[in-house]
Amino acid sequence: MNMETTTQAIRPEAAASATGPADCVIEAKNLDLTFETNDGPVHALKDVSLEINKGDFVSFIGPSGCGKTTFLRCIAALETPTGGSLSVNGMTPDEARRNRAYGYVFQAAGLYPWRTIAKNIKLPLEIMGYSKAEQEKRVSQVLELVELSGFGGKFPWQLSGGMQQRASIARALAFDADILLMDEPFGALDEIVRDHLNEQLLKLWARTNKTIGFVTHSIPEAVYLSTKIVVMSPRPGRIHDVIDSTLPKERPLDIRDSPEFIEIAHRVREGLRAGHGDD
Amino acid sequence: MKSVIAVLTVLAAIITLWYAACVPMNIKGVLDGAERAGAEVTPATPKARRDMSEIGLVAKNTFAIGDTWVQERPRLPAPHQVAVELWKTTVEKKITSKRSLIYHAQVTLSATLLGFAIGTGLGILLAVGIVHSRVMDMSVMPWAIVSQTIPIIALAPMIIVVLYSIGVQGIIPKAVISAYLSFFPVVVGMVKGLRAPDSMQLDLLKTYSASTSQGFWKLRLPSSMPYLFASLKIGIAASLVGAIVGELPTGAVAGLGARLLAGSYYGQTVQIWSALFAAAILAAALVALLGLIEKLVLNRMGVRA
Repeated sequence: MNMETTTQAIRPEAAASATGPADCVIEAKNLDLTFETNDGPVHALKDVSLEINKGDFVSFIGPSGCGKTTFLRCIAALETPTGGSLSVNGMTPDEARRNRAYGYVFQAAGLYPWRTIAKNIKLPLEIMGYSKAEQEKRVSQVLELVELSGFGGKFPWQLSGGMQQRASIARALAFDADILLMDEPFGALDEIVRDHLNEQLLKLWARTNKTIGFVTHSIPEAVYLSTKIVVMSPRPGRIHDVIDSTLPKERPLDIRDSPEFIEIAHRVREGLRAGHGDD
Repeated sequence: MKSVIAVLTVLAAIITLWYAACVPMNIKGVLDGAERAGAEVTPATPKARRDMSEIGLVAKNTFAIGDTWVQERPRLPAPHQVAVELWKTTVEKKITSKRSLIYHAQVTLSATLLGFAIGTGLGILLAVGIVHSRVMDMSVMPWAIVSQTIPIIALAPMIIVVLYSIGVQGIIPKAVISAYLSFFPVVVGMVKGLRAPDSMQLDLLKTYSASTSQGFWKLRLPSSMPYLFASLKIGIAASLVGAIVGELPTGAVAGLGARLLAGSYYGQTVQIWSALFAAAILAAALVALLGLIEKLVLNRMGVRA
């Protein structure tokens, strides 16, 4: 209860300091990250500069080793950059995390097998000290949001892979972070389930007005979902191209057959090919 | 049904083998007895028989085979002799009687359970320390491993002597020895279990800015439950061994260990074997009980069986 009021108090202030005219929530300037390994230093990120505005749906796409996941982990303060600056809601990533700026969705649902779906969604709420009544309220809210109402009492193994991933999205939404970071959340699911979840994710995004950072290596997925597509290339990990989508906000699945969609997909593919260079 | 047949077949094979083994093991004693009773045996003198192989003696004195299973003090008692002794010393004796195996088993069991509780508690505490502190990981783990390389039969008298000199006796020294044997599997299993969560699950907690203790209670401890129970099953069997070994060097008058000792003093092989079986049955019962608790706990946790 206590913690809640503090965040509420901090947030408008922090947001105020962050808001430029463009409402920029994530800002990276010349970000560098080098891992020291036994085979010498590995340049995971080099000179990455990017602005993400409030309400954006930004996809990061690129071959493995291009640093897309690393960049997302930097925003989440799971990795510490070795150079440059990075601000989230006008704070350092560490502060932003403590202020519950973001929810993170991993590639695997990672639900605790000994907790029911509802109890899994309560996990962050318990840790953050929400009251019991508030927990119940939020669980039913987010379950409804991911269309899993009525499944709260089930255990994870009783749900399909796609449903489990939806539950993990619900878990990330349960505390009101304005930013949702998703690291290949649908990577392990089959195409049909994936289409369905993409559609649902767009609906959810429209309803909640979150800012979403989404890592993927599927071109159609990136184009279908995003307002902004960041094409990255490896060795060293860097941004090759940033594409602002011209697609309308309302996107039925068959928009993927429109010339506009195909054109954007083409540009992404070109970018990936060029960035891949000689290998 | 098929598995029942398989189990019974194995059991029958073991019992058959046992009866067969009794014949050569006991033949010399039987023939000595028969000679004293005036029967015709070949060769006729104990001295001549000593130089012959047991199999040879059996071949020459087939009439004596039946007697090898009913001797009073056989080298190897037959299964039914042990079974009868077990029956007589459990069902037919009052529990308070010094000759009741149940009385002796209960003495050993109380030391086992106390030792198991101490060992499990210590093992879990050490594992928690090892998982959370690098210094403890590097300093405690090697000692825990070294401790298990010392033969308990050599260490047990030392523990009893040291504890006696500071005025501790009775059930405590036995429990200490039994704890000494049972803490180790718990440490190893719990360290493994507490480290079972993968990096993704730890990262997830990090994104909530969860504290170390929240991580322990909400993730690490529940994850370790299956490992804990596997360790406990090994630990409780080790505890029982520890309690029995603890009874041997003290010349204890009660307990399964004391029963083994008394049996060997007086050449009562049937008594030794029935004490051994009592210990084995007790261990099996304890492990089965833990298995039942495991099932209940994991079921409650919603883990699919």
